[in-house]
Amino acid sequence: MSSSASQKNATLTFQNVYIESTGTFVGPIEKEGPLGDYFENYSDDLYYGEKTFEKAEREMSKIAIDSCLQKVNRTYDDLDLVVAGDLLNQLTASNFVAKDLNTPFIGVYGACSTACLSMLNAATYVEHTSFKRVLAYTSSHNATAERQYRYPLEYGIQKKDMTTYTATGCGSILLSNQVSNVRIAHATIGKVIDLNQKDANDMGRAMVPCAYDTLHQHLNDLQRTVNDYDLIVTGDLSTYGKEILKELFKADGINLDNYDDCGCMLFDIANQEVFQGGSGCACSALVSYGYLYPLLQQKKLHRILILATGALLSPTSTQQKESIPCISHAISMEVV
Amino acid sequence: MNKFIRLVKNRIEVKLMNENQYNKLAEDLKPKVSYFKNAVLAFLFGGCIGLFGQILVRIYMNVLHLTEKEAGTPMIVTMILIACILTGLGIFDKIAKYAGAGTFVPITGFANALTSAALESKSEGIVLGVASNMFKLGGAVITFGVVAAYVMGVIRYVFFG
Repeated sequence: MSSSASQKNATLTFQNVYIESTGTFVGPIEKEGPLGDYFENYSDDLYYGEKTFEKAEREMSKIAIDSCLQKVNRTYDDLDLVVAGDLLNQLTASNFVAKDLNTPFIGVYGACSTACLSMLNAATYVEHTSFKRVLAYTSSHNATAERQYRYPLEYGIQKKDMTTYTATGCGSILLSNQVSNVRIAHATIGKVIDLNQKDANDMGRAMVPCAYDTLHQHLNDLQRTVNDYDLIVTGDLSTYGKEILKELFKADGINLDNYDDCGCMLFDIANQEVFQGGSGCACSALVSYGYLYPLLQQKKLHRILILATGALLSPTSTQQKESIPCISHAISMEVV
Repeated sequence: MNKFIRLVKNRIEVKLMNENQYNKLAEDLKPKVSYFKNAVLAFLFGGCIGLFGQILVRIYMNVLHLTEKEAGTPMIVTMILIACILTGLGIFDKIAKYAGAGTFVPITGFANALTSAALESKSEGIVLGVASNMFKLGGAVITFGVVAAYVMGVIRYVFFG
């Protein structure tokens, strides 16, 4: 096989895509975490007053969207397009929210990479089409993801040590061509990478190669080094995956000192029961929209790279002993 | 086999990274898993459940004047009831987190598998939810139990009369 595939340019450059606003909603454990104070909406329990966990996830998304729009006095009528995704089959969380938005809608699925996937789609529409104000949102819910991908909540099983905890929450971001103080500068579209990792309880390890590939691709496409960024974050590689990624880069002679993982930032790994860290679409969305974006606004950070990572497995593929294909999309945000 | 670009001094060098190399690196960095601690905790919790069951048997023998064999059944039913109630109250999984095989292997584990699956499915209704999903996790145990009982029954009948 030729190696030309990897040398294709996979990075988009945006000239006129700005972040207008963001909105977040988190669950109880995320609120207690080290970044808890940065999230404007939260719930004390996973039901959030609804009858089912699925409904709770939708309500959380609605509130995150509304608070994103309210901050800049926008309504659904101001939106040209909505791009969204989540972890559930048939994207039910996103689709059921979108029916109230009365706006053209595109659903995207990239497992936990959905935050960057929806953002890069939204940015592309703002840059190149007549849709000039595009909303992207993504959500995950611990209970809905557990029941779809793993076991019932009350099932008394000892979780594997390398497992991660699906974060509960929703992050939404409003992009437009109106100049603001933070812009989306680049997006690198990831490739599906599969190094034949089969342990669905250790998705950090499975996803490291795709983050590694996309980060190299991004740096190579733009002829940049890791030092061109104030901070590089991956989505949900877990404490273990984070170490593997650092080690891979070390072998290339690159020190990832300005690097962290959203799943590890969102929780206090030592004191919260989240095993190796957080995972789920909400992880990278909450950390980048709720925590990193304000830091960019305050000019405490100037340029960051977000690499949301997704494990593209299904319960059926796992039962059929298939390996876990993974993908990572990158978005760089910078101060204008 | 996947290919990765590696940037070496501004020059693109395409290196092959294979599964074995990656697995070796990942294994080297893997945090230590405390199998010993898990085994000890499972032994202690499982032992305590066994002890509690034995105490129940003694109580039933003395209070209800049953033989040891007869007292076994109400003891099992009591254990199942306790496991189900603890599952419903959200306590069972918190104990099981530490106990592991200690709560999983005895009848309590089976009771929890049924109750937790039933609880989780109540949002889909009684028939399509609770009734059909109740045995989602425990179904395999029943299937293998029935098959094993049948096979052993045949063997016993053929060879031992």
